[in-house]
Amino acid sequence: MSHVPGMIQSVERSSAVLRLLAAGPGRLRVKEVADALGLPKSTAHSILRTLEHVGFAEQDPRTARYRLGRGLLELGRGGLDVNELRSRALDWADALASRTVESVRIGVLDGTPARDGRATGSDGRVEDGAAVKVIHHVFRPDDTAQSMEIGLVVPAHATALGKVLLAYDAPAAEAAVRGGLDPYTRKTLTHRRDLAAALAEIRGQGWGSAIEEWEPGRAGIAAPTRGIGGLVVGAIGIYGPVERVCDSRLRPRTALVAQVRATAESISRDLSGPRS
Amino acid sequence: MTERYILAIDQGTTSTRCILFDRRATVVSVARAEHPQSYPKPGWVEHDAARIWRDTQKLIKRVMASAGIGAAQVAAIGIANQRETAVVWDRKTGVPVAPAIVWQDTRTSALVSALDADFVRDRTGLPPATYFSAPKVQWLLDHTPGLRARAEKGEVLFGTMDSWLIWNLTGGKHHLTDVTNASRTMLMDLTTLRWDASLVDVCTIPQAMLPEIRSSSEVYGAADSVLPGVPIAAAMGDQQAALFGQACFAPGDVKCTYGTGGFLLMNTGSTPVRSTHGLLATVGYRIGNEPVAYALEGSIAIAGSLVQWVRDGLELIGTASEIETLAGTVADNGGCYIVPAFSGLFAPHWQSEARGVIVGLTSYITKGHLARAVLEATGWQTREVVDAMNADSGLALTTLNVDGGMTSDNLLMQIVADVLDVPVVRPMVAETVSLGAAYAAGLAVGYWSDLQDLRNNRHRAGRWLSAMDAGRRAAEYQRWRRAVDCAVLFADQGQT
Repeated sequence: MSHVPGMIQSVERSSAVLRLLAAGPGRLRVKEVADALGLPKSTAHSILRTLEHVGFAEQDPRTARYRLGRGLLELGRGGLDVNELRSRALDWADALASRTVESVRIGVLDGTPARDGRATGSDGRVEDGAAVKVIHHVFRPDDTAQSMEIGLVVPAHATALGKVLLAYDAPAAEAAVRGGLDPYTRKTLTHRRDLAAALAEIRGQGWGSAIEEWEPGRAGIAAPTRGIGGLVVGAIGIYGPVERVCDSRLRPRTALVAQVRATAESISRDLSGPRS
Repeated sequence: MTERYILAIDQGTTSTRCILFDRRATVVSVARAEHPQSYPKPGWVEHDAARIWRDTQKLIKRVMASAGIGAAQVAAIGIANQRETAVVWDRKTGVPVAPAIVWQDTRTSALVSALDADFVRDRTGLPPATYFSAPKVQWLLDHTPGLRARAEKGEVLFGTMDSWLIWNLTGGKHHLTDVTNASRTMLMDLTTLRWDASLVDVCTIPQAMLPEIRSSSEVYGAADSVLPGVPIAAAMGDQQAALFGQACFAPGDVKCTYGTGGFLLMNTGSTPVRSTHGLLATVGYRIGNEPVAYALEGSIAIAGSLVQWVRDGLELIGTASEIETLAGTVADNGGCYIVPAFSGLFAPHWQSEARGVIVGLTSYITKGHLARAVLEATGWQTREVVDAMNADSGLALTTLNVDGGMTSDNLLMQIVADVLDVPVVRPMVAETVSLGAAYAAGLAVGYWSDLQDLRNNRHRAGRWLSAMDAGRRAAEYQRWRRAVDCAVLFADQGQT
């Protein structure tokens, strides 16, 4: 197989394997893939296993043959089911709530940003704006009355979860601006330049916060959870009274920031590892 | 003073886990190892008990190392274990005389069907079944040359996994079991909490090989080579440990563990409740010399395994969690019901020939409706067991405490709350089995002072409230029952 300088050979080879799996009606053995592409069997095997890991190929456990994976059907959808994300993050989120004694939420951007950067509503209408859907909620462990917020949709630009998600999704950030940066409190970021600066800061430091930007008296700290290849698949954070989440200078408490970041990293490690 | 911890050993069916807990009942460190399942013949399931003991020793060392603590910092050891699995070993050498026969093993079905069901149920609270230990021991005595003679001379010992681990941990000094494990042998009188001489006789098991029955929470002895000097202070069957770990200390408290199946236990207080609805009467726990707390137990045979079937058998989803995504594409079941009677219907129906059905199909039904019916099947099966428990005990369920892998399914938890019409509560510590063993051990050595002290550790991680109106709930339950009737109607003719 010839190779063009400046191109990454393994990407070319992987693409060829995918084309091969897509072309035939049946399912292929490692040797058949190796023979078809003139590759050593060990190389073909490594490529197939990597494609399986990212969800683009699947191996039939009975015949050991490979076929295209269902991950290809979901190319446009972040690559990780939100309920799968909750299930994999459950124990980590509980531990974060235990350690910080704050409530924990995991969020994803609501709606699928189309290629032109505009969010598509469920009725097919093209909408502007960006919101976060809460996909997991762990109560603050103090047995006060709290209600389950899974399914709740909150504005992206006014929350820590939302700002973290926007920081790693440029089309969604543009949609948020186009949708109008509605003020919820005096501190909500309502100018596009302020939001852009905040998102750049989040990318620089790897976490974000929103202090009284959505509800007065309440603050959040959040960090991104990443799947295979570093793709941001969600954000996890704590949310609570500003006097508990922030220090006397209204800065997020460093110990809490460290806990949130460590939890997000643990989940990311788990998500990029082998599926159990 | 240096911080001290409780070590819990959870010896389960597929894996063994060691977990260190601190005083606030938070998990400090975990070590886990899987062990092989051996299926030498159809219906047979065996474990290598020697391997499980080796694993346990390694895991204890690993969990201590990862927490960076020494034996002096372990206040006590508590054990929770897979129930009913039978081990027989040589008193002198400590070597098992045969592979352990696991609770799922059905080789003893002929022995079991020969038993007088009413006689057994009256004494033990259990309907005769292949799960329980007694027929497994009897089978080993009948099929291992010379074993019966050696057993009569007291040369070999029987125990469930708790006994096996305690015997090994104490260097062969103590041969005992706790009252919850003893209640699952089908040899213990549920009222006197002693071995029943007539049942021991019927099962032709020599008394000399039986362990002494002790409470679930007391110092049994000190560990010998691993963690020398540390008191071993609790043992409980795993489902009972989950009940205790969920702080279900008051009569009427119920927990449900959702895994491949579902296990519901209700604390019924200090007198055993004999079920007239096909539930098991069993021991919940016993703390030291206090009166025993009894429990009613009902199980759902197929819960998570129905989701696995949708994933592996139908290939409608790629991972178990995606059942919720698929079910979320529709607002209701569209009139479709699935009764997963894959190997008959369990409590409270006990129709072993019933077969699974999918009913209510119209051209309107999509895979989303099927996914919803899958989750609802677990909800309705829970409801049936809860109704039976309420009827038997005269107590009314006020809250369902849940744990297990399926509690990550938010829609399922909402469905359970909807069909039961009570709040469903998920606790902060997911490891309820290990926590129960740790609690019982900590109580015995004064690490925690009393049950109230334990209750204070309990925090809600999530709570789902019923959002279904009464009329719809009643109508849906009615339709589910008609679906169950269909499953009974479609019974496997070959076996009737």
